[in-house]
Parts: sequence; C-alpha cells; structure tokens
Amino acid sequence: MITFEHVSKVYPDGTHAVHDLTFDAPTGKLTVLVGPSGCGKTTSLRMVNRLIRPTSGDILLDGESTNGMDEALLRRRIGYVIQHAGLFPHRTVLDNVAATPRLSGASKRQARLIAGELLERVGLPATFASRYPWQLSGGQQQRVGVARALASDPDFMLMDEPFSAVDPVVRSQLQDEFLRLQREIGKTIIMVTHDIDEALKLGDQVAVLRTGGKLAQLATPEELLTAPADAFVADFVGRDRGYRSLGFVAAAPGLVVRSEPSVPIGSSVEDARAATDDDWLLVVDERAHPLGWVEPRTLRAPISFSDLNLSGTVAHRTGTMRHVLDASLSAPSRRGVLVDEDGALVGSVTAAEVVGSLAEIHAAGVTTGGTAS
Amino acid sequence: MIDYLLDPAHWTGSDSIGTLLVQHLIYTGLSLLVAAVIGVPIGLYVGHTGKGTFFIAGVANALRALPTLGLVILLVIVIAPAFASELAFVIPSLIVLVLLAIPPIMTNTYAGVRAVDAAAVDAAVGMGYRPLKVLFAVQVPCALPLILSGFRGATLQVISTATIAAYVSLGGLGRLIIDGRAQNDYDQMLAGAVLVAALALLVDLGIGLIGRFAVSPGLTRRRIRATAAQPVLATTATA
Repeated sequence: MITFEHVSKVYPDGTHAVHDLTFDAPTGKLTVLVGPSGCGKTTSLRMVNRLIRPTSGDILLDGESTNGMDEALLRRRIGYVIQHAGLFPHRTVLDNVAATPRLSGASKRQARLIAGELLERVGLPATFASRYPWQLSGGQQQRVGVARALASDPDFMLMDEPFSAVDPVVRSQLQDEFLRLQREIGKTIIMVTHDIDEALKLGDQVAVLRTGGKLAQLATPEELLTAPADAFVADFVGRDRGYRSLGFVAAAPGLVVRSEPSVPIGSSVEDARAATDDDWLLVVDERAHPLGWVEPRTLRAPISFSDLNLSGTVAHRTGTMRHVLDASLSAPSRRGVLVDEDGALVGSVTAAEVVGSLAEIHAAGVTTGGTAS
Repeated sequence: MIDYLLDPAHWTGSDSIGTLLVQHLIYTGLSLLVAAVIGVPIGLYVGHTGKGTFFIAGVANALRALPTLGLVILLVIVIAPAFASELAFVIPSLIVLVLLAIPPIMTNTYAGVRAVDAAAVDAAVGMGYRPLKVLFAVQVPCALPLILSGFRGATLQVISTATIAAYVSLGGLGRLIIDGRAQNDYDQMLAGAVLVAALALLVDLGIGLIGRFAVSPGLTRRRIRATAAQPVLATTATA
C-alpha cells in the first residue's frame, strides 16, 4: 500500500502544486490520479519516488516512511514508466530491460534472461531483443518501458501518462493488454493521466484532483459516474455519464433474447427472402459468427461481403449493458446482436427491452457487477 | 615540391621530415590531452548539473577571440626568462594550443550531455541510478558523437596552428614553412603545407574511425547486420 499523509508541495515562488493530499493506494490495486493540467497529479506521482521532495507530509510504502530513505534504493523498489518510455537510445531493447534487474544486483547473464522473459510477457517477439529503440514504433517502445519497469519485479509501480503518446488504436490495445497483465501480476500501482476515459477504464479507484493540487473525489469509476462529489467532478467526468455508467452494469441474465433469423454468407436470394419477413436479415459465417445485415428485398445475387451493412456492433451475452444497448442502437434492424463467449450468435434484443431490463435492475437495487469497458 | 619530399637527404638527420612530423604529433597530442583534462570535466559537470552554462559560453567565446600568434609571442617574452632550456619556447606554444583546443572540446561535451533525451535521463534517475551512473552509463555514451566531434574540431585547429610554433624557433612541420620562407625555398614551404594538411586529414580520419567503433549503433542509426536468426543472448554480446 502507498499512503499519502497530508502531503503538500509548495514551490519557492509560493505556488501550491499539491495541497494536503491524503489517500491510500491499496495493495494490488491500480489507483489513477486524474485532473486538468496544473492539478499537481504528476507532482504527486513524482513525490512517491522522491524525484520531487514534498514540502510537508509523508508518503509511506507498506507503512514505512519514505522520508529520509536512501533515494536510489527507494527508487529501485518502485517500477517507473513515463510518457515517452525514456528508453536508453544507445542500448539494445534487451539491455534496456535488463537495466533494472542489473540495478537490483542480478548478474548480466541473469538480467538478460529475465529481460527476455519480460519482453515476451509484454508481447514483443524475441527478434526485437537485439534492436535499438529508434527502430521501434511508439507503442513498441512503451511496451519495452513497461517491461523494464517490471523486470526488477517491484512491489510498486508509478506510471506517468504511460499510454498518451501513442495513437488511439494502439493506446486502447496497450490499455487492454496492461489490464490483463495487471490481473496476473497484481502490482500496487499509481498512474497519472489527463484522460478521464482511461482513468475509468483502468482504475480500481480514481482520485480526481482539482487545480491547486486538492483532492476533489476518490472513488471507484462507477461511483464517479453515478455519484460525482461536486460540480467540478461532474463536469470533469464529462457528458454521457448515464450512458457510460452502463459500462459498469452487467448484462442482465433475464434480458429477453429472441432468436434471430440468420443465413450463412453466400446464401441465395430465395433463401434470404424465405428466412425472414423483416426488412433486415442477419448474415453469419460458417461458425455462426455474425458478419452483418442485408436487405433481402434489394438482393440480386447470392449474398456477398459487399452486400453487408456493417454498422451494427456485437455484444457478449455476459458483457455490460453499455455494450448491449450500443448493439441494439447501432444495428440497422434496431435489434442488437448477442453472442456467446466463442462469438457465436445467441439471439437479439431491442433497445426498448434493454431499457426495460435496466428499470428492473434499478427497482431491484442491483447496480454493481460487470467490468469496466 | 615532389622532388623535395622524395629527396632522401630530407628524411635523415636531426631536422628530417620524419623528426618534424613526430614533433608535430607530440605537440598536438600533448595539447589535446591537457585541453581534454580541463575541458571534458567542466563540460560534463555543467551539462549534468545545468549549473554554470553562463561560464561555458563566456569562456569559450573569450578563448576563441584570442589572437594566437600574438599570444605566443607575449608568452615567450613573459615566460622565457624563467627557463633556460628549449622549454622556454615549448611551454608558451603549448599553452596557446591548449587554449585553442579547450573551447570546442568543452562546449561540445556540454552540448552533448545537454542534448541527451530528457526522458531517458528521467527514467534513469527514476529507476534508481545514482548521479555518477546517470552521467557515465547514460549521458556520456549518448553524448559521445558530439564529444568526439568536438575533439575532431580541436584536433584540426591544433594541427594547423601548431605550425606557428616554428615561428618561435620550435620544431614541428612549421619549420619547413618558416625556414622555407626565410630561404625563399618555395618547394620546401609547399612540402610543409601539404604535409600539415595531409596529417590533419589522416588524424581526422582516425578520429572518425574511433567514433565508428565507440559510438553505439543505437545512436548513429547504422543498420547492424541482421543477426535475428541467432539466439538472443548470443547477438547482444556488448552492453
């Protein structure tokens, strides 16, 4: 556990970067610090490994005060990941990762073995080991940065905007992989971001800071969406709060699922028209995975990929209400397609049915469950 | 000029071309060594701590503005009485050459360290490198291309300027030029000039080669031969 006890940072010119910050980052959990620029979130993070010294207050690691600890030794206990990865340009990828085990006293050979394992763990093929950082894309560099921080197997990790320097597609991919990794390794992490969606997606708990370094609210992502402490938090969390909070509501088991007529791709015009009376018909592949929708009326030849309307999203039956509602709203037939764990078609549900089911859940007082999306 | 260079008589004796060449190299090497001992630590300190950038700029500009020949003669007049031997001429010349070599070495060392990716330095400190390790394991290796180019510039300047040491009756290839001028022996002057230029080019090439081996391919962005087929640990033999 990382404990902030009345931590303040005042710069010589009188600026309050962080003001009387008190909170716990629980063991094995990911705590996100989020807020507008100038809210002191990065300063708070850098005070944990004493890259910045607090003016007053104390930060404790598992109950042990960091005040007066040997700074280099303290830092070796804490994994550190920064925005642009900060890889050493003159060292190979493998030796970059081996740097932290070397610091913890591993032999060169041992350190490289550990580094090799870590590269695999963050999803980089072994062929990357002998490359230099400039030969890597931003996303790959960030993976190496994460591997380097993990290579000394620290109990704690600090991550300063780790995913914000890459494009949105790669970012979301890195976030998903990191969530998966964190479920395996269960480090005690403090992460800084300015992106509230990232905070809500990754955080076990989220600390919203306001300008001047004051804690506005510390809560789970779901609580932030459903019960923001004040107007500042509500505004910062942003629009579509009601819709986004559905990302924390598990799809109701009792959700009415009607069986949805479907035909395999390549079916003849006659088969398609015989399958349904509706304007839209679902097309699946040979494993019954949904592919898209067609209008049987307009078909002139057997169904090909170019006939498909791809606007509809697909929700897992065990996913969240947000996914289910989105599926029903996005499908041209207005029937949201549900699939099982293997991605095979289960049936469909309309937006009205989803909303009805939400009302039931609300009436029953069940609001939690499911995972962030 | 070619005849002058090929005449065996010019390659023997106490003031043979070979001796002059060696003298020239000794002056150059000695001056660079002293300049490095002074310039590199200052450049590293200022680059690493960020303190004293003003000092670097001021000193470098002041030294660059010095009139070389005037200073040599002044120093000979001031220092010569203190020494009986030939040192009376050697020391003033060396001082001037050192002063000439310090600015490029010092400013390039400083600039090289400053130019190292701030994120890499932040990561190094944040993961628990101590300050000296940050300097020698990250900042110096990354600054090496610029540091070496500082040495390159200094070497060229020293080699060419060392010819004026001959003006205060000292050895080195400058002898050929100064003596040739005195005797109206233009072949000898030309031979001296060509030798100085050739020496400068050769030494420059040498430093370039050193750089090729000393600087990490991660910085020069040279493609190293693909070794992906071999096991990982075997392909990364160097740290």
